[in-house]
Amino acid sequence: MTVSQTSFRAALLDAEHPAPAGLTDGHGTPARKRFDVYRNNVAVSLTEALVTAFPSIHSLVGDDFFRAMAGVFLRQHPPSSPVMMYYGAEMPAFLADFAPVAHLPYLADVARIDLALRRAYHAADATAVDPSAFGAIAPEALGAVAFSLAPAVQIVSSPYPIHDIWQMTKGGSKPSAAAQDVLITRPEFDPVVDLLPPGGAIFFEQIGIGQTLGAAMETATGHVPDFDLGGLLGLALTRGALTDLTRPPAN
Amino acid sequence: MLDACFDTLPPLPGVGYKPQHYREILSEPGSVAWLEVHAENYMGDGGRPLAQLQYLSQQFPLSIHGVGLSIGGEGDLDRAHLDRLRKLCDWAKPASFSEHLAWSTHDAHFLNDLLPLPYTEATVARVADHVSQVQDHIGRRMLLENPSSYLWFEESTLSETDFLAEVAKRTGCGLLLDVNNVFVSATNLKMDPRAYIDAFPMELVGEIHLGGHDEDEDEHGAPLLIDSHGAEVVDPVWALYDYTLDHAGPKPTLIEWDTDVPDWPVLRAEADRAAQALTRVPA
Repeated sequence: MTVSQTSFRAALLDAEHPAPAGLTDGHGTPARKRFDVYRNNVAVSLTEALVTAFPSIHSLVGDDFFRAMAGVFLRQHPPSSPVMMYYGAEMPAFLADFAPVAHLPYLADVARIDLALRRAYHAADATAVDPSAFGAIAPEALGAVAFSLAPAVQIVSSPYPIHDIWQMTKGGSKPSAAAQDVLITRPEFDPVVDLLPPGGAIFFEQIGIGQTLGAAMETATGHVPDFDLGGLLGLALTRGALTDLTRPPAN
Repeated sequence: MLDACFDTLPPLPGVGYKPQHYREILSEPGSVAWLEVHAENYMGDGGRPLAQLQYLSQQFPLSIHGVGLSIGGEGDLDRAHLDRLRKLCDWAKPASFSEHLAWSTHDAHFLNDLLPLPYTEATVARVADHVSQVQDHIGRRMLLENPSSYLWFEESTLSETDFLAEVAKRTGCGLLLDVNNVFVSATNLKMDPRAYIDAFPMELVGEIHLGGHDEDEDEHGAPLLIDSHGAEVVDPVWALYDYTLDHAGPKPTLIEWDTDVPDWPVLRAEADRAAQALTRVPA
């Protein structure tokens, strides 16, 4: 009697599935509870990984609910890589479809913040634009300047007040009713979440695809007439969100 | 010049590095002689984990211990993961690289546990083939660790010690002897742990692991120990460690504590106890 890894795995992830035959305690007695050790290890270790990965979701739905939901998630979406720091990328889509949380439609976007924070934590290091170098540029030349975004920078946009909801999981007060976009950065080693002002997400998106400061400003102002470029640039520079300052060659 | 000292693990205690102990480890030089990290926790692109590891690698000999390669898997090794391991080893230049006699990936699904395999001629050939691929790919000799077992495959025809010795013979790899795993497996499978140690090819051992386990019972009331790395090393395992050192001589010895990680003084006390045991043994 040989036990294939296909049958071993099938029984690991399905408690209704009997333990494969051919496994014993070493003296001929079938190894039922012994097999359950592996079942338990897999479910518990993946659940713990998800608790660590999605602290905001864990806080919002509570420990018992989260663990039960994790049991469903991990069977639908076992990790596809041994690099567990990135496990759970399917969580936002899972939450959007998971009927028991249909009354909490903002969860998917809050899960995107949790994912973005973890990616930012492990993102490549980068040398941020020095605010003083930026300040040395003549005002009339500013419009032609372009940047790259630091590898840690991510934006999460939502029709829900996700910044307030995320802050509430950290002890903040009750959320407002407005749609919110957030910026995730990593000034040194610890990622930071900031609420973006209206037009901010569009502005960063434009900078990210290589548009000049002038063009990005124009696009943002097209959507949000009172778009505040100065405030947003100040935030971006403080958070080390901008790298690789380039300006056109002087004529 | 300094780096030359870090080419091998010294026959002294090391600990599994946890970021919460960073400052204390650095502020108490000499408290541990070397550090071990799990490879997969350092496969990001940057940030604090890699910055800390880079600094620690200048202060301590380093052991990189993989937990996700699935060397015992029926399928091919994951090429992308082999590449990540090579990149990490090339960058961190560890004194040692080790992995497990276990499988964890099947059909591209990673199960995040060290799963058991039968010990047969066919699995010896497969594991030896995989170990050779790893060594060729990362360009260094690896150590293969004995697992903790909760059950036995009826199809097995080889003892675990014969299996490991044969893989080492075919591949030139070294072995990592986890003394707690020996105790856990021997208790669970109702065997004599000292007989296992007697049969183990000590000349191939490059590192010893010590860790804690949980106690349970199977449905027949037989003891069922579960490797948890979440508690102190128990006295019978310390006794088995002494017995092992009597046979093996002093070996680099790691205290593994991965869940419910204690404050630094608790972990350090475990390392101190290993240091005392090592001092007692003639080189």
